[in-house]
Parts: sequence; C-alpha cells; structure tokens
Amino acid sequence: MQQFENILIGIAFSPSLKPNLYEAVRLANIFDSQLIGIHVGDKTPEKEAQLKLILDNAPTLKNELKILWQKGKPVDVILETSKNQNIDLLILGALQKEKLLSYYVGSIARKLTRNAQCSVLLLIKPSIERLPCKHIVTNGLEDIKTKETIKASFFVSKKLGCKKITIVEEINQSEVDIKINDDRSLRKATIIKERIKQREQFRVKDILSEIDTKGISVNIQSIFGKRGYSIGHYASVVRADLLIMNAPKKFNLWDRIFPHDLEYILSELPTDVLIVK
Amino acid sequence: MVKENKIKTFTTALPKNIFSGFVVSLIALPLGLGLAIASGAPPISGIISAIIGGILVSILGGSNVTITGPGNGLVVVVLSAITVLGSGDMQQGFLYTLAAIVISGVLMVILGFLRMGTLGDYFPSSAIQGMLAAIGIGILAKQFHLMLGNIDAKGSIIELLIQIPQGIMELFSSNSESILYAGGVGVISLLIMIFYSKIRNKFFQLIPAPMWIVVLSVGLFYYFEYFSSSPYPIDSTLLINIPNDIFGNLASPDFGKVWSFDFINVVIALTLISSIESLLSIKAVDKLDPLKRRSNVNKDLKALGFATVVSGFLGGLNVVTVIARSSVNVNNNGSNRSANFFHSVFLILFILLFTSELRKIPLPALAAILVYTGYKLASPENVKKIFKIGKEQLIIFFATLIITISTSLITGIISGIIVTLIIHSIINKSFSMFIRNMLKPNVLMFKENESDNNYYVSIKNYCTFLNYNKLKSKLDQIPEDKDVIVDFSMCDFVDHSVMENMNNYLETFKRKGGNFEIIGLDNHGTDSEHPFALRRLIPFKNILSNQNFTKRQNSLLSISKELDWNFTAKQTEIESLSDFGYFKTRKIKSITNILSNSDKCRIFDIAFSEGELIAKQVIRATMFYIKLDDAIPEFTLDKEGIFEYIYHFTSFEDIDFEEYPDFSKRFYLAGKDENAIRKLFSHKLILFFESNPYYHIESNEKALLIVGKERLASVKETKSLVDFGMRLQKIISK
Repeated sequence: MQQFENILIGIAFSPSLKPNLYEAVRLANIFDSQLIGIHVGDKTPEKEAQLKLILDNAPTLKNELKILWQKGKPVDVILETSKNQNIDLLILGALQKEKLLSYYVGSIARKLTRNAQCSVLLLIKPSIERLPCKHIVTNGLEDIKTKETIKASFFVSKKLGCKKITIVEEINQSEVDIKINDDRSLRKATIIKERIKQREQFRVKDILSEIDTKGISVNIQSIFGKRGYSIGHYASVVRADLLIMNAPKKFNLWDRIFPHDLEYILSELPTDVLIVK
Repeated sequence: MVKENKIKTFTTALPKNIFSGFVVSLIALPLGLGLAIASGAPPISGIISAIIGGILVSILGGSNVTITGPGNGLVVVVLSAITVLGSGDMQQGFLYTLAAIVISGVLMVILGFLRMGTLGDYFPSSAIQGMLAAIGIGILAKQFHLMLGNIDAKGSIIELLIQIPQGIMELFSSNSESILYAGGVGVISLLIMIFYSKIRNKFFQLIPAPMWIVVLSVGLFYYFEYFSSSPYPIDSTLLINIPNDIFGNLASPDFGKVWSFDFINVVIALTLISSIESLLSIKAVDKLDPLKRRSNVNKDLKALGFATVVSGFLGGLNVVTVIARSSVNVNNNGSNRSANFFHSVFLILFILLFTSELRKIPLPALAAILVYTGYKLASPENVKKIFKIGKEQLIIFFATLIITISTSLITGIISGIIVTLIIHSIINKSFSMFIRNMLKPNVLMFKENESDNNYYVSIKNYCTFLNYNKLKSKLDQIPEDKDVIVDFSMCDFVDHSVMENMNNYLETFKRKGGNFEIIGLDNHGTDSEHPFALRRLIPFKNILSNQNFTKRQNSLLSISKELDWNFTAKQTEIESLSDFGYFKTRKIKSITNILSNSDKCRIFDIAFSEGELIAKQVIRATMFYIKLDDAIPEFTLDKEGIFEYIYHFTSFEDIDFEEYPDFSKRFYLAGKDENAIRKLFSHKLILFFESNPYYHIESNEKALLIVGKERLASVKETKSLVDFGMRLQKIISK
C-alpha cells in the first residue's frame, strides 16, 4: 500500500506560508511521515526567526521538521532534493486569480507538477484551522496507473476520515464512434454509450474487489467528455474536497500546445488535487 | 417486417403528401417566378431551382417535411451579383452568377461533409435577425416600385426607399393606362396578401394567397380577351417573360470570371446566405413536424449543395430550404419527403401545361407577393420583440441592418458579430474572458446515477454564440424524452442567442415527452450584469393584470358570477393540452382569461401559432377543456368536409354507424381504437350531437377539448359553449 514516508514542502516566505505550513504539519502527522521544508535562497536570521514563530504556534510534529537551505533555480533544486531525500509527496500551494474565485497553478509549481517523480498535492485553500474532508473524487479511466490511484484514494480517505469516494470514468467521445445526426443515430449512440458504461463500470468494480472499502460509500460515475476536463468540472459541481488523479504520461511540446488531461486541471483547479505517482 | 411496415406507412401517407405537394406548388409557382424576377434573373430560373431542389433533396436529403427551392435571402445577393459581374450586361452577368451558384453548391456539399450543420449557431441571433430584416427591406424597396408598375426604378436600397412616396404620387398622376392598370393589379394583389390570413373561410383558403393573385390576374387577361371590347391594357413589358421552348433554352454557366475578386465574394455570400437560411429553416420546420423527428442537417446540407450544382448548370438559382413553403406543407399534412418531390412534379406540369397562361401574369402581381414577403421579414413586430429582449439587442439588430443595407450582406453580418462582441465585453467589462476561454471546453454532461433518467449539464465560464456549439453538441446527445437539468450557476454570462436556443430545446423536450429544466440563473436574475437572462425568464410579463380589465374580460367575469364559476385573467398553463391532435402542428403561446369550475371544466382564450418565422400566424381562440374522471378512447369528431382539423388523424378512417345514417353523413369521427369509440358513442350521445350545434371535439383519453371557431368567442358564444360542454360532460361521464 502506498505510504508517504517523506513529505517535502517548499518554503517561499509568501503571505500564505503560515497556512501552507500548518496544512503540511497536519498531513505529516496524519500520515506519520517525516516533514522536510526546503527554502531556495539565502539563510538569514530574519527568515529563521519567522519560521520559528510559525512553528511554535503550529500543532507539534510527531517527527521533527527538517529544514534545508539551498541555492539555485527553484525548480531544479526542488526536483533534485525530492530525488535525494526519497520524497513521496510534494506539497504545493496554488494561486488565486485576482477578484475571481478560481485558482490556478503558478509557473514554478506547474513545472514541478509536470516533472516531479513523486506524488504532488496542490492546495487551493490552505487553512490554519483543519477543514474536514468529506468527499473525494478520483479517476477511474482505463490506464495502468489507475489501479494504484484508486488504492491510494482509499488509503488517503481512510487516513483523512473521508466517508465518500466517487470514482469518475471519463470516456472519450471518440469511443462512441457514431455521429449523431438524427433520431436513429441518436438511439444507436445511446445504446453504445450504455454498453461502454457497463463495460467501464465492470472494470472499476474489478479493481474495487481487491480493495477494502468498508466504511466508505463508493459511487461510480461515467462521464462522456473531454478527458481531464470533465473530472475537474465534475469535482467542482459535486463540491468535492479532494481530487485524486493519475500522474500524467511524459509531457512533450505537443502537449503544451494542445492541452489535455492534467493541463485543464492545472489551469483551473476545482479543489485540492493530489496527483499520484 | 419492419421494412414492410415502412413501405406501408409510406404508401398510406402518399395521398396526403401528393395533395400537400400540390398546395405547396401553388405557392412555389408564383414565388419562384417572383423571386427570380426580383433577383434580376430570368423568371424560369426560380422554377428550375424549385424543381431540381424538390426532386434531388427529397431523394437525398435528411430532413422530413421541408420544401426546397429558391430562397428570399438570395434575392439581394443574386441581384447585386448579376449587376456587378455583368458590369451592366444583365444577360452575361447572369451566366457568371450561374457559375458562382455552381461553386457555392460545391462549397455547401463540403460544408455538409465537414458537419457544419452547426454553422448557423455561430452567429448571434439578433445579428441574423438584422440581416434577415435587411434582406426584407432590400426586397421591399425594389419590388414596391415594380408593384406600382414602374420597371425603371434604379438605385441603391436607400435611394429606392426614399423614392417610394414619389412612386406612389407618380402612379396617381400617370396618364398611361397600362401603368394605372398594372399598379392597380399590384395594389390589389398586396391587399389580397395582407387580408388573406384574416379571412378564415375554408373555401377561400383552399387556394393559397399567391395562387389567388395568379388566378385573378390571369382571369383579368381573359376578361379583356373574351368579354371586354377594349384590348388588354397592361403593356407586354409589364408581363412575365417565359421563353417558348422552356427546356430547350436553358442558360448555362460561364466560368470566365472564376478568379476575380468580385466572383469569389459572390460565391462566399451565396454559400453563407443559402446555408444559414436553410439551416434556420430546417431548425424551425423541425419544431412543426407532427411526427417529431429530428432532421439530419448535414445530410440535408449535402443534398442542397448537390441540388444547387445541378440547378446552376441548368440555369437555375440556388436551392435552399424555405420556411414559408415548408410551413404550408406541414399545415396541409405533408408527412414525409415525398411532398417535396410532388411539389416539383406539379411545377413541371404547370410549366408544361400552362405556359401561355403564365405569360399573362403581370409583373406587379408577383412584385406584390414579394413586397409582402419583404415586409414580413422586416416587420416592425420583429423589432418590437427584439426590443423587449433588451436594448442592447436592438443595437446589434440595427447595426447589422443598417450596415447590410448600405454595404453588403457579408460586411453586415461580420459587423453584427463584432458589435455583439463589443457589447458583451462592455457588459462584462472584460474582453479577454471571451478570448481566453473561447476554445476551452466548458460543458460537463453526465447521467446522474441516483435517478435513472436524469441528465445533468453544467456550464462554466460563459456561454454565448462564440462557444454555444460545445453546449449544443452535448445537448444533442440527449434523447428528447428524458429529463435534463441545465445548470448555469457556474456560468458568469449567458447571452441572448443561447437563451433563445435553450428555449427551443425546452419546447422540443416538452413536445417529445421529456423535461428540460434550466437552473442556476436565479442569481443572475437580480444581477444587473445579466439582462438577457433576466428578460428571457419572464417572457410574457405584459399580460394584463387583474385591475385593468377589458370589456370582454368584464363580461366574462359577470358570466362567471352568474354560473358561480371562477374567473382569472392571468396566464396559466393547462396540462396535457399539447397531447391533443389539434396542437400537434400548432404551438401554444399563452392561455389567458380562464373561466373554471372546481378544476374540471375550463374555458379559456388560447393563443397559438401556425407555421414558423415569416409564415407564422398567431391565432387566438376560445376553447373548452373538460377533465374526465374515467378514461375514454382517443377520438376526434367534426363536421364532414374536406378541409377540417381532422386530418391530424389521417391514418384513421371515418367511423360510420349503420344504424345512424344521418349522424354518419354529417359527422366525421375518427380515432385509434374503433371498437372502444363505437362503444362510447351511445344512442344518447349520438342524439345529442345530432340535435346540437357543430363543434370540433377531441379527446386525448383524459380530457375533452371543444373548439368552436378559430377565433376568440364572443360573450354569447362563450355562454353557449359552456352550455354545450356541460351537457356533453354529463352524457359522457355517465
């Protein structure tokens, strides 16, 4: 079973440092992990004092916080560190669009998300107080990584005390290879969709049979639509507290030009997102 | 087995389709000639277009009850094309234009293959309205002069409009008998067009208005020929010009100017206008289809394109789907594509058999038909409707209208789009929002697990004509007999075009037994940033309030007191009204002035529309609705005759009772379950019908609908309707 032994958090001394740190501390305690903080920049007494002040008021850590001070380009340094320190989970804060109630991932965090070798947690609203997690949405699409992701979802939800998981199967429109033109083709397409839906649900149930789902209500939802987009939209419609996704396949230039899967989520975070490696 | 059934339904539906095709051809003949003349093309080119269109599209097309032929929208484009391409030489210009028509047909076929049946959705609806109005004004401006017998009027649309008062003066001061007669024929024809729909006489309405004009004007010629001593006063230059050997003298296209800028411009305009006009018409006609089928627009587009290519090679105009003729087709119970085919067959017969009679039609008579069509396109009522939706829509409408009139159609519609974008940006104080999110997906649709048939659709960011196709493609995947919830709560901005389309979906779902609900706009309603949504939510707010009763309402109120019934003037809805066969091709608009007793019986004024777009006529009538305790078989009862409402039940035969020959002779009774109906029609009931005045009566199993005349009933008539209905209820419920 997936375990987060080492959790890495970037410390940037931004206004959201305090809530970010509080969340990280809480998560480290929940998962019983070692929390490692990294600051890319000079080590100054002021910064140290500020950090100490926050940590003194934060909940006590089971395992003491390790702080690394390093110089260089933030993205490279953090990626390097996560490799060296055997990091399992990287916590990143999202940015809020001005005036608008939507969140996006900044350029550094975005690069990290794309290239990190470990799981990544993107927080949209880190808070000082603990907010309960009530509903987790996770993907169930046909992929080798899906099984692990679903397992991780159950692991996380048990740790967080979450009682509801919805597994969303995103089915690409192209799988329904019939164009809807009139009543007849519509009827055909509806039947085909129903068939695909049955097939997909069967596949997900197969995965679920290996998992202990006791105490958690599981819901399976099929959505015909753009992969990566629909699940984000769905998560915000059902007001999920956490969205758990597969890590993307290797990115290349093509993916940047024609965004797909994760890129939709990164440009508009519906909720906290955990990307499982 | 299934196939056999299909052939059977096709053959049983054949007679009424042949008939419907015949009625449509009566309109298509004068309209085809008139539209061609208005386009500056030889009159026969309009007929060629209708014949080719009817034959090819009925075989290859994907829609059901549409009629194809030359369209109104093209008049302005073709006229300017002939003038520009021919540089003064109309004959040569027409040949160049034919080449442009052929190529535009090819482009339409390509559009069909690219599945661009959604093309019409990329234009803001107020801009399209503005463009249609501009086309209407364009037709009206030119044809008005021709209607007054002046064939020499020339100039731009605006100049022609300014000359109209002068033209009227000239008619009165003219000394030429020919012009006086021609103008007289024109004005009378216009009056026929205007008052035709007002006279709801069955025998008068047997022949459509345009055909009356043709028949009467040809009759005038024969009057002078055989009865009058003076010669036919209208000069031959004012008569229609049809060549002697029609099918031997077909014009063929000249591709000499293919690469010139003007030519390409014409091709684009022709393609754009004929596609948009066709797509709008198909969409509108689908709403009228009594069998509630969904048209395959892409297939239709391909068929129209192919027909246009053929028509162009044979010297005909573009083939488009036309709303007015299609509406007539539906009203005459056309039920499949064969009606379109037969309309062509009848046109061929007319052209071959009545060539010499057709030559006697004065141009002003045809011009009058077009003046009326043009007026309908640009009618002030449309402007009023747009104003009600919002002032900003009026700006878009007029900007498009004025720019189209003063420049060209393409410039006009592009300006309309730009103005809409600017207005949307001002309302939202953001332009980047539209551009940034234009190509991003913004619609989520899924079938909810909890309740079986529920589809949930959520829209993010904004939803306007720019990205409506995304929402549309999702909605089109939902069978129309299911329940749908469309949630706009995550959507910052919804424009008028989208709201209008949502309203269309709402109606379609209602017709087909589903349920289409829009939620999440309540927050927008109070928000000043959403004027479109706000106005669309209260479509009938100008219904009279209780305080301000009209005379009729006061009398109805006093009747209600006499009978001890309730009366309310407010608009309400009556469930299952659209289940009645009568409302299968008619769309209910509002129900007001309701007299009711304990919810079982209700008398009300109902407004409903027949036809669509410019062929639309709103009819108000008073009806009596009785809810029954026990189910009775579905039936319709009417006076025996040819042109009655009953044809909605056409697949059923008249049920006759041998023991009541008088009743069987006088009444037409039909319905699905013949045995049950025979059982219901007891001796007492038949006696009751025999001894009481005629009403049209329908049952939809759960309720009875009694219709007097197709107009609002007077106070007296209302009283007798109440009396009749109450007694009928007593007999039937026994």
